Amino acid sequence: MKPRLVVIGNGMAGMRAVEELLTRAPDAYDITVFGAEPNVNYNRIMLSPLLAGEKSFEDIVINGRDWYADNGIILHMGAKIEFIDREKREVVSACGIRAGYDRLLIATGSDPFILPIPGANLPGVVTFRDVLDVEKMLAASRTHTRAVVIGGGLLGLEAANGLRANGMQVSVVHLMPTLMERQLDEAAGYLLQRELEKRGIEINTRANSKEIYGSQKAEGILLEDGKRIDADLVVMAVGIKPSTTLAKASGLTCERGIVVDDHMVTSDPAILSVGECVQHRGAVYGLVAPLFDMAKVVAAQLADDATAAYQGSVTNTRLKVTGVDLFSAGDFSEGEGTEDIILRDAHRGVYKRLVLKDNRIRGAVLYGDTGDGGWYFQMLREGKDISDIRESLIFGQAFAGGGQENPKSAVAALPDTAEICGCNGVCKGKIVTAIGDHGLTSLEEVRARTKASASCGSCTGLVENLLELTLGDAYTGGSAIKPLCPCTDLSHGDVRRLILAKELKSIPAVMQELQWMSVNGCSTCRPALNYYLVCDWPGEYADDYQSRFINERAHANIQKDGTYSVVPRMWGGLTNSRELRAIADVVDKFNIPTVKVTGGQRIDLLGVKKEQLPDVWKDLNAGGMVSGHAYGKALRTVKTCVGSEWCRFGTQASLSMGVLMEKMTWGSWTPHKVKMAVSGCPRNCAEATIKDFGVIAVDSGWELHVGGNGGIRVRVTDLLCKVETEAEVLEYCAAFMQLYRQEAHYLERTAPWVERVGLDHVKEKVVADGENRARLYARFMMSQKFVQKDPWAERATEGVHTHEFKRLALAAE
Amino acid sequence: MTEWVEVGGIPDIPVLGARVVHTNTMAIAVFRTADDEIFALEDRCPHKDGPLSQGIVHGRSVACPLHNQVFHLDSGAGANPDDGCARTIAVKLVDGRIFISPKLRQQAAE
Ligand code: SRM
Ligand SMILES: Cc1cc2nc3c(=O)[nH]c(=O)nc-3n(C[C@H](O)[C@H](O)[C@H](O)COP(=O)(O)OP(=O)(O)OC[C@H]3O[C@@H](n4cnc5c(N)ncnc54)[C@H](O)[C@@H]3O)c2cc1C
Ligand code: SF4
Ligand code: FES
Repeated sequence: MKPRLVVIGNGMAGMRAVEELLTRAPDAYDITVFGAEPNVNYNRIMLSPLLAGEKSFEDIVINGRDWYADNGIILHMGAKIEFIDREKREVVSACGIRAGYDRLLIATGSDPFILPIPGANLPGVVTFRDVLDVEKMLAASRTHTRAVVIGGGLLGLEAANGLRANGMQVSVVHLMPTLMERQLDEAAGYLLQRELEKRGIEINTRANSKEIYGSQKAEGILLEDGKRIDADLVVMAVGIKPSTTLAKASGLTCERGIVVDDHMVTSDPAILSVGECVQHRGAVYGLVAPLFDMAKVVAAQLADDATAAYQGSVTNTRLKVTGVDLFSAGDFSEGEGTEDIILRDAHRGVYKRLVLKDNRIRGAVLYGDTGDGGWYFQMLREGKDISDIRESLIFGQAFAGGGQENPKSAVAALPDTAEICGCNGVCKGKIVTAIGDHGLTSLEEVRARTKASASCGSCTGLVENLLELTLGDAYTGGSAIKPLCPCTDLSHGDVRRLILAKELKSIPAVMQELQWMSVNGCSTCRPALNYYLVCDWPGEYADDYQSRFINERAHANIQKDGTYSVVPRMWGGLTNSRELRAIADVVDKFNIPTVKVTGGQRIDLLGVKKEQLPDVWKDLNAGGMVSGHAYGKALRTVKTCVGSEWCRFGTQASLSMGVLMEKMTWGSWTPHKVKMAVSGCPRNCAEATIKDFGVIAVDSGWELHVGGNGGIRVRVTDLLCKVETEAEVLEYCAAFMQLYRQEAHYLERTAPWVERVGLDHVKEKVVADGENRARLYARFMMSQKFVQKDPWAERATEGVHTHEFKRLALAAE
Repeated sequence: MTEWVEVGGIPDIPVLGARVVHTNTMAIAVFRTADDEIFALEDRCPHKDGPLSQGIVHGRSVACPLHNQVFHLDSGAGANPDDGCARTIAVKLVDGRIFISPKLRQQAAE
């Protein structure tokens, strides 16, 4: 009699092992297979096209009934094994079928992970693992319209795409900031998100599911941030866990998965295991390629060939969403000695990144053009030395002889209607035409003819790119425009213009479209990009806190010993007994070591510990005080003198003017800090002539001064103009701030900015052109609507970013 | 012997951020990169003791919040060799939980 082999699990790995065994040793065993699913063996990977309607069940069957019959295999479908009697060497199914074995193969695969949130077991909540799940989803799509998919990984996105193809409105809810973060880096994740959104799938990242609501059945999902998404179908695709229940109950050694050695043998020598349910050398796998490698070893082992051993696998992933080309393999995190080769071609929507170490490919992420995925993967697996082909490696296998990506492609790709010079409203087409029609060959000629780059000059780099593109080698000019940082060749001005021209609304979008040369930027470009996006897309752009310096993240100034200083706002330098009492109480309660009057007419509390900040703020808030932004590239102080309210020389009410200005401008983020002052007469006790925006009262109204600086290089203000009413002071003040916000480079104060663009430019935009002033004013006031929320109150009592102030706990000491 | 101490899970640290763990003898900064790698350094800059946990994390590096010197998270080495080296703390991840081994490195260093 032949020995008996019993296989538990009629899935991809189990049946592959049987196939391998049949080729090696066709008649070695009497084989019996138990499968919990009521089907023959099918290709689980193809459930996605099955859901999307691109395939039928017949198309995805691997081994039909004939195959089992022809090979003398007894198949029990819909028969789940409940118990393994290792003493008697017998398995027992839920429906009472028994089978004795000499060798047993456990191939139970994985179970979908169910989030432990309220409502997870309501009807209408499904997973995505087997044919039954697909049938449930297809049934729902016939009668219902709205679906939510929890999980933005491979499975979730394939489910979302399939449901969308069946006409449903689909929202994806994903905990992490970018999609498929295990396989893709931020840049590729961004491209993927954009593509899926284009297909009408709503994507919510950084979204933590709190509850599935509904009385009889699922009616929608509630997120941690309070957002509700109504839905008739909720697909949970948040991950899988090896199916080990049976093995554990039978006393086999299990950790994350069923533990096997290099021969795929479990802790019981008669029992082997294969597939997603196993743990080999600490690793578990969720893709078929490694399982197929394992299946070979299982077959060898069963055929008594003890030489075959499984060594672990490197995996690669492709997303099966028709029309989306995406490939990822290996390890693409940066590390000591790793180097990145990045190619970004925004025009074609291509992103390729190779991570090299010691001249070998360690990881690859390809988006948009995955033709060379297999080639890279092979070199990665073989550990091939790529030194000789390094230059052209990123261009792919077909590429012979080291060509060059055109560094100007970002500009080349802009449509003719894209505005290049914002100051003078000149678009790309006009400049290119002028260069051709008038034979222009230099920046100066372009400026004279079209006015482009003739004003603030921030578009100079772009205009030069256009000259180069149009004239080719004939263009010899080119001023030395300083790049923003080593991650890019573009200058601050170029980046600002391109953000607007291409409507880039996130940091990964900027880095992708403008072909950043690093993966997630550096500490120079990230804060700058974050500011530009905050300024350009008020209300739309979600501030990226990790791209802000610690002072702006903690809303307090870090000191040399790691403690913080806290400066509450005192509007126009004015205070009262209630505020002073609140400050005094806070100082006593928290033992604050130093209290100082600042040079900006307010009080500084120095030496506060980070964990204390929210409580300190809470008490100050209760005393009626808000953050003074002493830490921010933001509106700092508005100094005042006592003015006509008290002073015998005062000509206007400078005190209340200062308070009004501060109330209008506080909270605003700016390229660098902005300070203001209002003096009640030309004696100028508030030192208004060394401020970014200084106001000096005279008998007939107010003089407005701009571009002063008292810091490292003292600069006295320039007179902008004279106005008569308080309302005008406010309008000019806001318009000036907005012009500065839109035009200055990050970390450029008003003084160097005014010197760079010229006072005439500022006068023209803010004084001479009344309509433009009104537009700037309106834009500023619109932005203010989104930022005039006290950051301290949000953190002390409204639960915003509270994690910033928490330490990690030691679980056991 | 290495003693591993659990300090939390990956989601407890913001992406491209850090959190601090205080032991009896020192503060440890635990960092998370964009690729969910976790590293730990003593929370003390070799320059003038700046709390590295409060810096900007980019790639596999952190820029100190006080004077902007940049350090590699894996080796603790300064990007500019003149800037010295921050002390590394052993970390491991088990099922998304973070374990550090403060004792080991400390003794080794003392
Ligand atoms: C607290 C204060 C000194 C004081 O005890 O009086 C102060 C303290 C600091 N100043 Fe200042 N400046 C203070 C008024 C000033 C003034 C006077 C003024 O505003 O009228 C000036 C000159 C005026 C000006 O800015 O044009 C001033 C010019 C600077 C500069 C040089 C700026 C420049 O453009 O050259 C810096 C460096 C920088 O910002 O890069 C600076 C930077 C700093 C920093 C933020 C250094 C830092 O980055 O940590 C100090 C923070 C200490 C803290 O935690 O509070 N501080 N600083 C004053 C706070 C005012 C407030 O209420 O917010
Ligand atoms: C929608 C989807 C798309 C995928 N796309 C890809 C892809 O593009 N590329 C890729 O490489 N991988 C993909 N995968 C993963 C791939 O399908 C799995 O890695 C593979 O199927 C695992 O094989 P397995 O045999 O270990 O488990 P399974 O194929 O799940 O087989 C296990 C079988 O065991 C049965 N079973 C469990 N317990 C018992 C029991 N006690 N008694 C009897 N039977 C039992 C189960 O019902 C199941 O039929 C995808 C998976 C899904 C769900
Ligand atoms: S002048 Fe300003 S920056 Fe310099 S030590 Fe004093 S507070 Fe600090
Ligand atoms: S203390 Fe870290 S750079 Fe100075």
